[in-house]
Amino acid sequence: MTTPLDRIRNFSIVAHIDHGKSTLSDRLIQTTGGLTAREMTSQVLDNMEIEKERGITIKAQTVRLKYKARDGLEYVLNLMDTPGHVDFAYEVSRSLAACEGSILVVDASQGVEAQTLANVYQAIDNNHEIVPVLNKIDLPAADPERVRQQIEDVIGIDASDAVECSAKSGIGIDEVLEAIVTRLPPPKGDETAPLKAMLVDAWYDAYLGVVVLVRVIDGRLRVGQQVHMMQTGASYRVDKVGVFTPKTVDVESLGPGEVGFITASIKEVAHAAVGDTITDEKKRTSEPLPGFKEVQPVVFCGLFPVDAADFEDLRAAIGRLRLNDASFSYEMESSAALGFGFRCGFLGLLHLEIIQERLSREFDLDLIATAPSVVYKIKLRTGAEIDLHNPVDMPDPMQIEAISEPWIKATILTPDEYLGAVIKLCQDRRGEQKELSYVGSRALVVYELPLNEVVFDFYDRLKSVSKGYASFDYEIIGHRTGDLVKMSILVNAEPVDALSMLVHRGRAETRGRGMVEKMKELIPPHLFQIPIQAAIGGKIIARETVRALRKDVTAKCYGGDASRKRKLLDKQKAGKKRMRQFGKVEIPQEAFIAALKMDED
Amino acid sequence: MTEAPPVAVYVHWPYCSRICPYCDFNVVRDRGRAAEQAALAAAILVDLETQARRLGPRRLVSVFFGGGTPSLLDPEALGRIVERARTLFPGNGPAEVTLEANPTDAEAARFRAFADAGVQRLSLGVQSLEDSALAFLGRNHSAAEARRAAETARAVFPRLSLDLIYARPEQTARAWRDELAEALALGPEHVSPYQLTIEPGTAFGRAVERGRWRPPDGDLGADLWDVTQAVLEAAGFDAYEVSNHARGDAARSRHNLAIWRGAEYVGVGPGAHGRLDLAAGRLATRAARAIGDYLDRVREAGVGWDEVEALDSSAAAEERLLLGLRIREGVPLAQVKALGLGPDSPRAAVLVEQGLIDIDAERIRTTEAGRLVLDRVLAELIA
Repeated sequence: MTTPLDRIRNFSIVAHIDHGKSTLSDRLIQTTGGLTAREMTSQVLDNMEIEKERGITIKAQTVRLKYKARDGLEYVLNLMDTPGHVDFAYEVSRSLAACEGSILVVDASQGVEAQTLANVYQAIDNNHEIVPVLNKIDLPAADPERVRQQIEDVIGIDASDAVECSAKSGIGIDEVLEAIVTRLPPPKGDETAPLKAMLVDAWYDAYLGVVVLVRVIDGRLRVGQQVHMMQTGASYRVDKVGVFTPKTVDVESLGPGEVGFITASIKEVAHAAVGDTITDEKKRTSEPLPGFKEVQPVVFCGLFPVDAADFEDLRAAIGRLRLNDASFSYEMESSAALGFGFRCGFLGLLHLEIIQERLSREFDLDLIATAPSVVYKIKLRTGAEIDLHNPVDMPDPMQIEAISEPWIKATILTPDEYLGAVIKLCQDRRGEQKELSYVGSRALVVYELPLNEVVFDFYDRLKSVSKGYASFDYEIIGHRTGDLVKMSILVNAEPVDALSMLVHRGRAETRGRGMVEKMKELIPPHLFQIPIQAAIGGKIIARETVRALRKDVTAKCYGGDASRKRKLLDKQKAGKKRMRQFGKVEIPQEAFIAALKMDED
Repeated sequence: MTEAPPVAVYVHWPYCSRICPYCDFNVVRDRGRAAEQAALAAAILVDLETQARRLGPRRLVSVFFGGGTPSLLDPEALGRIVERARTLFPGNGPAEVTLEANPTDAEAARFRAFADAGVQRLSLGVQSLEDSALAFLGRNHSAAEARRAAETARAVFPRLSLDLIYARPEQTARAWRDELAEALALGPEHVSPYQLTIEPGTAFGRAVERGRWRPPDGDLGADLWDVTQAVLEAAGFDAYEVSNHARGDAARSRHNLAIWRGAEYVGVGPGAHGRLDLAAGRLATRAARAIGDYLDRVREAGVGWDEVEALDSSAAAEERLLLGLRIREGVPLAQVKALGLGPDSPRAAVLVEQGLIDIDAERIRTTEAGRLVLDRVLAELIA
């Protein structure tokens, strides 16, 4: 199967959540006849339940559309659906690198959002030709002129011939398809050169095993070919080559500019590195594709079963998830407070939440998650440098020369009236303002912030101070040294390892006070009083006391009450499983989760 | 020949002329149910007889009429039940016969008849001696009426106990001290002060759930408990159980003491619980709660049981512990063997160290501090 290069268009769709990316994708598939109306489930491309619920894409998807254009010729349009969240920035960059152009979908009433910006800049960085599309044009609130102006002012691209459409009502879909053909460039490539293809994504399919999504740059990728992965160094024999229409259709080979999938008896998704260069085992290309990075988790947290007896189930579930998601890492961890569990690394907070949610939903596990922690770089007096994933492993402060923490660049768009509150939030979180400008009536603020201050509840707080109107996106910009200390929480004079964290010295007292106050609310009174302290080294920086229980006795207990009382005690026995015995103190599992979600103001 | 084992008889009379907003017992309004009441009194006799036959020889310790408002029961019908119990379980001494009563003038007028029918001990539901508190508690009598009823009872019955409810909203320690003193001036030999408990499913439970009012915080309950202990102790009353105080051993409720000590008891009447030691082990029985169901059961099976559970050794021991730790004398360790408790068991040792229980080779018992937090102590020992 060969399509001439000038009849191929590879494109992705850039949009903010809810601006209609999935609806438009579905409409394009339907219009070009990829699926019959009956086969269209709502939003074909977002496969996972969680993806549908949250309206986000986690794994890259692709679909090959056949479109007969107004010039009478038939074109192959490959739509690459990219993950829409900053946690998956690297995957997005590889998907974008596999295309020549992007459709920028902007809600014609809402206008440009922070996420739109981050994604469109990435597309521009990949030299994409951009076709702006104003969606939801038929809504009464649509204001295409204002939004067009906004796109030009904020993004700096020509929006005078932006396509107006309504994916939901099917208005302007042909115009979008026509713009893809006429305004986006065809791919370039040399069929006679040695095979050079990009590994765009990989996932585990129950029937096919590991499926690898590829974009061929040069040469030809065939069934039976022996291929070599230039980054991992592994070699495989190609078992199957195909395309998604979106149904899988087998083909003999893929040529330059084409997008499709292969299977090659690859055992684990982890062996298929996103961004790797696939070449012919014998006739290798000289240079791998640029931009390859090894995936590095940036946020870590401990996951423990609520019921210690579920540990093996948790191990199995994490193993299963990892089969399909090589971007999270895990290793066994044991905590004095929480027993056996796993220290897991994630690409970001959304990724963390998704994994946690999938574990509880798909595997029916009750979990306790410890405080998310970023990766600190610790320089020891000996000159050695270590990465710290878990505050528990923090070396003795006497051995430490310096600690550095990851920083991010945050882009926030907010209605003007909440600007003061948003700035205060960023300042409180040790932020440094880099930019403040206006996009129509909204303020665009760029801040540099320590990631450590963001992983806790920054996003929740931002939503709350802006009544949900502020939008937020970020990228990691590197490590910076900071005055960081390890804060421990002591319950009844014993440190609870699962609650210890690294904090900035200047923020330690506030955070320590917040933690002990929260713990005081969450630990029920015991038969003795319980001091709760936050400490840095030997120094107590905050203290609260859970008073001893004064009275707890059933007033009336006669012959008829004995059964009821006994059943109540049985229930308490079961309830104890949900508590963590810590020294003499029982801490409800909710405490571990809630202690980390603090309201500060 | 060894003496037959003791048995207590509990008779549940579910009718009330008004349902109190804090009450979660098995109760119904009595209006328009005269015929049903007669049928129930008759069914109770049958139920009692059937259970007695299953039990074999027992010696009667006590008959306790609870409710509901058993003082609404026809005195003659009550007399027949007492008589039947005495016949079925012949004892070698006089059994204690207790009647719970509301202190209304109408009921007080029948006290003499109840005494003639065999009642020697009256447990009077005074609850409070303040009119505003009685109105809050939804009672159908005034403080003055309660005082009159207590006086009549003193003249008629050899033994008088008063029920009181404390930790009402806005109650102060000083007011409670005065109220207790007033209650003692009525001359009871026994007092049962209960902390107001908000039970789900009651009118109070619903009101609190909807936020209409809030029960007092735990500190007030504890403060008033302290007042209760001090006042009653000074007046010569012995706190022999969590909420029961008696002037001397003879004034203790023999019926309840038997139950707290683990004796067998036969329950008759709708929803009544019983504990019977049969060849197979200890049975926990509960009669059908709805009056119609109870009548049907007795008619069909001769007994009103709706649920019968055979207690295994650990369940039986748990019951022994949760009842036995309520009384000051505690529980013989031999009776709670199944729980593995002893002077050396770590769970017990922690509580001993905290001053909440005492344990020796023979018995385990709560201290006064331990009784105040008994529910938690039990959770530590059992759960």
